[in-house]
Formats: sequence, structure tokens, C-alpha cells
Amino acid sequence: MRELICIVCPRGCHMQVDDSLNVTGNFCPRGAAYAKAELTHPTRVVTSTVRIAGAAYPRCPVKTAAPVPREKIFEVMDAIGRVTLTAPVKVGQTVIDDVCGTGVAVVAARELL
Amino acid sequence: MYELIVVGGGPAGLAAACAAWENGLRRILIVERDRDLGGILNQCIHNGFGLTWFKEELTGPEYAHRFIEMLAKTGVEVRTDTMVLDVTPDLQVHMTGPATGYKIERAKSVILAMGCRERTRGAIGIPGTRPAGVYTAGAAQRYVNVEGWLPGKRVVILGSGDIGLIMARRMTLEGAKVLACVEVMPYSGGLTRNIVQCLQDFDIPLYLSHTVTEIRGKDRVEQVVVSRVDESRRPIPGTEMVFDCDTLLLSVGLIPENELTERAGVVMDPRTKGALVYENMETSVPGIFTCGNVTHVHDLVDFVSAESRRAGAAAAKYVLHGPAAGEYIALKNGFGVSCTVPQRVRPQNVEKSFNVFFRVNRIFGKSEIVVSAGERELCRFKRDRLAPGEMENITVPVKLLEGVAGEITVEIREV
Repeated sequence: MRELICIVCPRGCHMQVDDSLNVTGNFCPRGAAYAKAELTHPTRVVTSTVRIAGAAYPRCPVKTAAPVPREKIFEVMDAIGRVTLTAPVKVGQTVIDDVCGTGVAVVAARELL
Repeated sequence: MYELIVVGGGPAGLAAACAAWENGLRRILIVERDRDLGGILNQCIHNGFGLTWFKEELTGPEYAHRFIEMLAKTGVEVRTDTMVLDVTPDLQVHMTGPATGYKIERAKSVILAMGCRERTRGAIGIPGTRPAGVYTAGAAQRYVNVEGWLPGKRVVILGSGDIGLIMARRMTLEGAKVLACVEVMPYSGGLTRNIVQCLQDFDIPLYLSHTVTEIRGKDRVEQVVVSRVDESRRPIPGTEMVFDCDTLLLSVGLIPENELTERAGVVMDPRTKGALVYENMETSVPGIFTCGNVTHVHDLVDFVSAESRRAGAAAAKYVLHGPAAGEYIALKNGFGVSCTVPQRVRPQNVEKSFNVFFRVNRIFGKSEIVVSAGERELCRFKRDRLAPGEMENITVPVKLLEGVAGEITVEIREV
């Protein structure tokens, strides 16, 4: 039996997971899915910034469009650190197509004109 | 003459202005001191915003963007780079900025949505030298996320509020070593999900019931001393730990930025440090409303949006249909409850039900939130767990207040 706090939303359900991955204490189905993933293969959305030229600020916030394997977080950060954008940038615009072979894109999170 | 002037273009001001427009006001002005709308959301680049409001997990800038786009579809006027200096009780708004110079605008209603600022080293009086390298967590967040500077390489964080936890992860991701997160209370002030994904994911130790008792260093922070504290939060001699670091981030609380509110002659609540408000977010001064973190500090922007929409709709109703009527019932804090918003409810002005937001003053296990009028119990709400770090919210049907006069009490009963 494992105790787990759900991080899917700010509600923060306290969940219990048994050896055959049955989840209790979750308020919604997303919690059960998170608990199973967390005990088999944990993933996280990575948010950071990239350099941008020609905008009012020198950095543009970005995020992975979907969660990536937790053990790849620092690898993803390295890839994000090598990017420089040029303004204008739209929300949702692709910054990296497939980051570190995860099949997940990195996208811009702020409009900078 | 404007129908409504909104002071502050952060999440509260944006939602309030949109709601006022939807409810029929057409002469609306938002005044924002920064160069962009969006407020603090622009530097909160982490995700987790919008789960309640948009049913999606957004970053701060994305959440702001949604509201800025909504606003762009209205005819609401926006003045950025403009600072409001004064709001008078007769609703004159004094402002200044490079585009307009000093200007006085008159309004039929005003919504105060200035948000809050951080408590600093001075506010908590940490002994020691005064070197560079001591930042509030929010200032460091702005440097890293907007300006592109890393404020330090070896970091200790005092306070486990959400901004402190978020910055522990952010500094780690950008290559700094976060040595410890130190919390004076026996529990964290932040959301549990942030403990998991900001500290535990990166093996950053959390020292509960500890505080920083000395800052050392001549020009730059060189060391901080951390001591355990007793139950009355006094440092225990002999428990000192010394951390070699160049940076101390402070996440030690937020203060609603209410100078304008006070100058307008609004009655304040010393517990929330915001205005005392009625069920529709109206203050003691007719026509002045407040919403968002300037009223009380929220955990989640989603609730700020909801509250601010109520304020916007109420301002529209005030301008178009006149002041709200009726006697009020005061909300009293019972056992375990530290402060409620609203503090006063006018049953005549409520259609079906009203929401009461509050924080508990310690951690409770399985409990019930009980609302009563004298000896008479009105309603109760079950909770599995209550914590001061997480704002509670109950919906009370107004028909329960029939025959109630004077005051009602909200209290916690542990089961």
C-alpha cells in the first residue's frame, strides 16, 4: 500500500494505492490515472523560458505541450536553453517540434510582439 | 465621466471589467501601472492555472492571455503605464502616466483590484548583516522568468508558501542548488501538490518548525543560520545549522496593497488586511468594490476570477439599478476560523445562495464546518481535511437566513 498526494489539480487528494494498482481516496478519475502513472512511469509538464530577440522582454515563457518522463526534465531544460526566438511570438507557437525524442513539442506560452 | 474605473489590470481587474461589460456597462476604464495587462500572472510561468475556470491546465501567462483576449472583444478602455495616486470617497480617481500626465477622472463606480505585495526581510526582522543576495521570492521570480537573470547559485528559501516552493523548483531547473526550504510553522503554507512536484521531485529538504536566525556575509550573503523553533515560534539555542549559500529567498507572506482603499475612507478588516465587504464585494463606501488579492490573499487565480466577476456584475447593477438594499447580517469567526469574506451579507440582495471564503487557523482532520445563528444551527459541511494553506469555500442557501437578525457564526467541529 502506497500513500500518494495527487498533483493533477490544486485540490491535492490524499490517495492510497495497493499492490495491484487499485486507487482509493481520489476525487476524480484523473487522480487514479495519475496514481498509476506515478507508480509505473512518472511524468511532468516542464515550464521554462527561452531567449527572445526583438521583444519588450529578453525571455519568452514556454512549456511542454504534454507531460514528459520525469527523468528527462533536465535533458529537456538543456534543449530549451539552446533556443533563441525572434519576436513576434504567438501563444501556442511551436518552439521545438519533438523535444529529446519524447514526441512532445515545446510551445510558447506568451504573446510577445 | 466613466461608469466604472477598475484600478489594476491583473487577473482580478480583467475579470471584473469583462463582467461589468457583459452586465451592460459601456464606459469602463482599466488603469494599470505596468506596461502590460496580466499582473503577476506574467511572471508565474509554471502550470496549474485554470483547472477550475477553464477545465484546462494553463501557465500564468496563458491564463492572463485568455482574459486579455476576452477583454479585447469588449469596448473597455485600457491605460497602461499609468499609476493611480488617489481615489476619493466621491469617486474621483487621480492618476499619472507618460501618456496622459496628471489626470483626474470621475466615475459612477470604482473597483479596487490592486493585488498584494510581498513581506520583506524588514517585516520579519531577521538578525545579521545586510549583504546583497536577500530577495523576496517574487522578485527573484521576476528576475528569472521575465528579465532572464539568475539571482544566485546556492540558495536557501525561507517560507514554504507557494511562491517559495515554485521558486525552489525554478532555481533548481536553471542550475542553482537549493539547499533547504525552511518553514517556521509545523506545516507548510503552500499547496500539497507544490510540496510534491517542487520539493520532493528534486530532493530538496523541507525543515518545518525552523527559521533563519542569522544572515552572514559582508558584500554578498555567505551563510545563513537556521534554528529549530519551539511551540511559540522562539528559536531553540543549540539547534543551529549553518548553510553556505549566496542567496536567501523570502516567501514569508503577502500584504494586500490597500493604501488607495484606506485613502478612499473604506472600512478595513484588520484580519484580512483588506476592505470589509458585503456579499457582492461592495465596501462600506457606496460604489466602491474590491476583489482579488487586495481583498484577501487567494491560493488559486480561478477563485480570484470568480470573485472578481461578482464584483464586476455588482458594480454594473449599482450603476444601472441603484444601491443594494436591506439590513445586513454580520459573519462572525467561530472556533478554528481565522477570517471570512464576505464579512457582511444582505439577504435581500442574494438570489439563491452566497459563498463564504475563509481559512482555518490550524490543521484539522475529518471535520464539519458549522454555520449557526445563536443556538440555531443553519447548515453544516463535511470535510476530510482542513489546512490553513488552502482556502475553504462554502455555499449557503439564503433561505436559511429567514428570521435571522444580527449575526451568524462559522466554526469548525472536529469529528
